[in-house]
Amino acid sequence: MAKLYSQNPKKDKKLNPKDETIRFILNYSKALSVINYKNMEFEALLN
Amino acid sequence: MRQEIISDAILVSSYLKGDETSLEILIKRHKQRIYSFIYSKVYDRDVAEDVFQDTFIKVIKTLKRGKYNEEGKFLPWVMRIAHNLVIDHFRKNNRMPKFDNSGEFSIFSVLCDSSLNAEKAIIKDQVESDVRRLIEELPEDQKEVLVMRMYQDMSFKEISERTGVSINTALGRMRYALINMRKVIEKHNIILTN
Repeated sequence: MAKLYSQNPKKDKKLNPKDETIRFILNYSKALSVINYKNMEFEALLN
Repeated sequence: MRQEIISDAILVSSYLKGDETSLEILIKRHKQRIYSFIYSKVYDRDVAEDVFQDTFIKVIKTLKRGKYNEEGKFLPWVMRIAHNLVIDHFRKNNRMPKFDNSGEFSIFSVLCDSSLNAEKAIIKDQVESDVRRLIEELPEDQKEVLVMRMYQDMSFKEISERTGVSINTALGRMRYALINMRKVIEKHNIILTN
């Protein structure tokens, strides 16, 4: 039987990170605060 | 629609002023390019996910510390961070399974197999048979005490009771047995080490 060449090859889905990862990053950003005190830098993660 | 109009630079500056949604827009705008770039290097969804996450953690930290000064070049900057983290990932993975013995510390100096290898087992057998032959050369009374003490693990009290001599005599015979064995070893240059 003749091969069908008209069929489009499967296109790879666009690669995207998981929503979970995005959510984590956004929550991290909200939680992180950088405090500067007398030339010193402190990172605080407040959940 | 409005999201498409706002430039990265404006979003970055509004994020720096505390607008968290700007970051969300930036991530959603560039996530596919950044993630695809990472995946094209690591070819593993989970690793790509980790590197992507670490990339943005670094981006967030740098922005919040006020260290970002590449206005208008947000995406190339993020891509460079991702690229560096991909390199770090490969470096770490290359290093992990290897034991580098060139340094000062060698892991094999603290790790060893307590069981004897074939050569050492043969040497041990040889040494033990040499010692037995030396014992055979001892006078009968000394040999008797030494065998009871060393091979039968008897106390000198038990030895004295078994042989019918005092403990001191048993101790003395043991002492002479060892002295005599040492003499023979030295005389014939017998090496009894493993």
